[in-house]
Amino acid sequence: MRKIKEFVIEKLLLSSALITIAITIGIILVLSIEAFYFFSEVSILDFLTDTEWTPLFTNKHFGIMALLSGTLLTTFIAIAFAVPVGLSISIYLSEYAPKSFRKTIKPLLELLAAVPTVVYGFFALMVVTPFLQGIFPELSGFNALSAGLVMGVMIIPYISSLSEDALHAVPYSLREASYGMGSTRLQNSFRVIVPAASSGIIVSIILAISRAIGETMIVAIAAGQQPRLTFDPTVPVETITSYIVQVSLGDVQHGSLEYRTIFAAGITLFVFTFLLNTLSHKMRKKFREKYE
Amino acid sequence: MNNIRKNRLKDQAFKVWGIACTLLGLVLLLIFLGNIFTDGIQRINWSFLMNLPSRSPEKAGIYTALMGSLWVLSLTTIFALPVGIAAAIYLEEYGKKNKLSSILEVNISNLAGVPSIIYGLLGLEVFVRLMEMGASVMAGSLTLGLLILPIVIVSTREAIKAVPKSIRDASYAMGASKWQTVYFQVLPASFGGILTGVILALSRAVGETAPLIVVGALAYVPFAPLSPMDQFSVLPIQIFNWITRPQPGFVENAAAAIIILLLVTFVMNGIAVYFRNKWQKKLK
Amino acid sequence: MAKEKKESVIESSLKRKYKLQAKDVNVFYDDFQAIKGISMDIKPNSVTAFIGPSGCGKSTFLRLFNRMNDYVDGFRMEGKIFIDDQNINKKKVSVEQLRKQVGMVFQKPNPFPKSIFENVAYGLKIQGIKDKTFLQERVESSLKQVALWDEVKDNLNKSAIALSGGQQQRLCIARTLAVEPSVILMDEPTSALDPLSTAKIEELIHELKNKYTIVIVTHNMQQAGRISDYTAFFYLGEIIEFDKTNKIFTNPEKKQTENYITGRFG
Repeated sequence: MRKIKEFVIEKLLLSSALITIAITIGIILVLSIEAFYFFSEVSILDFLTDTEWTPLFTNKHFGIMALLSGTLLTTFIAIAFAVPVGLSISIYLSEYAPKSFRKTIKPLLELLAAVPTVVYGFFALMVVTPFLQGIFPELSGFNALSAGLVMGVMIIPYISSLSEDALHAVPYSLREASYGMGSTRLQNSFRVIVPAASSGIIVSIILAISRAIGETMIVAIAAGQQPRLTFDPTVPVETITSYIVQVSLGDVQHGSLEYRTIFAAGITLFVFTFLLNTLSHKMRKKFREKYE
Repeated sequence: MNNIRKNRLKDQAFKVWGIACTLLGLVLLLIFLGNIFTDGIQRINWSFLMNLPSRSPEKAGIYTALMGSLWVLSLTTIFALPVGIAAAIYLEEYGKKNKLSSILEVNISNLAGVPSIIYGLLGLEVFVRLMEMGASVMAGSLTLGLLILPIVIVSTREAIKAVPKSIRDASYAMGASKWQTVYFQVLPASFGGILTGVILALSRAVGETAPLIVVGALAYVPFAPLSPMDQFSVLPIQIFNWITRPQPGFVENAAAAIIILLLVTFVMNGIAVYFRNKWQKKLK
Repeated sequence: MAKEKKESVIESSLKRKYKLQAKDVNVFYDDFQAIKGISMDIKPNSVTAFIGPSGCGKSTFLRLFNRMNDYVDGFRMEGKIFIDDQNINKKKVSVEQLRKQVGMVFQKPNPFPKSIFENVAYGLKIQGIKDKTFLQERVESSLKQVALWDEVKDNLNKSAIALSGGQQQRLCIARTLAVEPSVILMDEPTSALDPLSTAKIEELIHELKNKYTIVIVTHNMQQAGRISDYTAFFYLGEIIEFDKTNKIFTNPEKKQTENYITGRFG
């Protein structure tokens, strides 16, 4: 009797765990099926090589590159800002700062990641853009620069927290050896510790990139709704994510080609983030083996 | 001599740079928050909280959005909590070192990294269309439930891991079964940690916008939901809607609503941190 | 029901020559052999001590009697273990039932993070016993057996973690006694305690012997000499000598035993 109860409970718990696999299968199925229908009407070649994305206009183009460039441009700006700042923070906290400072600052920094992204979008549009327009008058009201910078602020903790853990995990004996030879903290940090923690740092950057690529509201609010293949940060662009939002807000017929474009865009996004996440997972495993 | 001097200067320079970077993010955040505060604080009054949305900014309020957020938060908890905790218990207490366990682990860590908008697409096809729930509170809550499930699982696992092995040993040595040990010893001992994780996951859910937009939460809903199948809006979507309106009055509304949203988010985070500290002390 | 069982256990143990038996036992952890060909017979109502250097298999062997090794990865056993002439590794034997008969006290006191009362009552609770009066009586008698009752009787709802190390360990023993086992296994029960608490527990073991069969692993040879009737000397997974404690400590047969006792190694 008792054994039956234990068996049933174990199977119930197992089925809860299996739901997670069902979710992944669901995502892959949904994206693939709709994308399949999409690609039965639009050739993959066009999708990958066309430079315009205008599925909602009469003259339809389905070049994902236009959306991808918006995604990659904003991501690049975010990373270009967040990596130096985030890394410097992590080195400072790990090698220079007193323990008490580190203890109080770390949770405060993580607060940056807790702010809802719609709030960041508001900042980008209402505060950052006007401010930047004071410096660059040609900056348009919607642009990749503001959105990218604000995204950068949001992902600082992704880089600083994980890199700091990586730096902290480097055995103290390495520092002793370096200081023992008379090096400064700066030399020690950059020549010894950072290289030793490099795989952990790279993991944090990959995760930050993945987060930036998947970000929606900041770009939906501040980056614009004009898909264009460009690397100019001062003009409006559109990202994969903000396109999906744009369509969802409108009145698009279920089952139509226009409806299916959001899944084609979605599957592109999913492939990118999936590859990045898998890469970071593999690297994290390697990194753990190194120190255990 | 000169070289040492140069190196020391570089060292000091980096120290200053490091402090500057650390404070930069926080200072920017303070500036943003200050800006929001000044923009929106005057708009907050009882009528703002109780009014329905309207085309005129002075009359518009966040009542329906607040109610919607409340509904969604409650239903999301009902879905994600039991499933997440059960899955975590299975992985930590019942899982063996086999292929299934490693697949489950890799899968969960992957799901945690999937952009939230993709969950929206999943919810749109499965809940809204396939299961014909329409753009209802139910569909939105299930979607968010799936979104926060990996977070709940990971943090519950951490909480369970923190319970010392000696307690399990003592329980088994007394003839308790696996479930008895989990139910009477492991879960009560990890309760604080689990609670912390759940509150943090929910504070994330309350700020989610994109997946709910995709599922079809409307920006202009003139009534609060009365049943799980009703249409709905949530606070972040209301904010988003007001930001995109041209009339200047709506900027103040957006700022005011943001203040409310941030208040809720920070309070939830604060409660979670409080419980985490209390629980960590208990285990020691 | 438990009371009836106990009487029949005493009755039958009077008839039985041996309470615990091991026959040709080998234990492996993956490729490593931890126990090599051990056979042993333990009489009821006796205290048997396992001594020997660290890592020689004493704890592993002890845990065969309540099957706590089952949870260790790579564990494999050959041979037979009998309790009351019953092979405890047969499929039909319920391991939870076994552990109610065979209790265990660990090296580091491990009370549950619950109240004193709940700790002692736990073993009964998982059997489904809910009768409040019964629980209270059993908790009281168990705490009395370990001489803890007077110290805690007014504070039964206090957290067990607030007790001192020695008190916690006595609580752990009380918790084991509450389910009325017939065998108590102790894995270095006093090595984490101060001398005063150690003395109290040794006194307790001496009294418990009248009702229970006790096997104790200890690093402390003087302790073994003080409290045990029989002693087994373990070395590298084998039993070098097993005999009356008196004989082992005054006139051992094997040279190795003598070397260990006199401190020449270990």
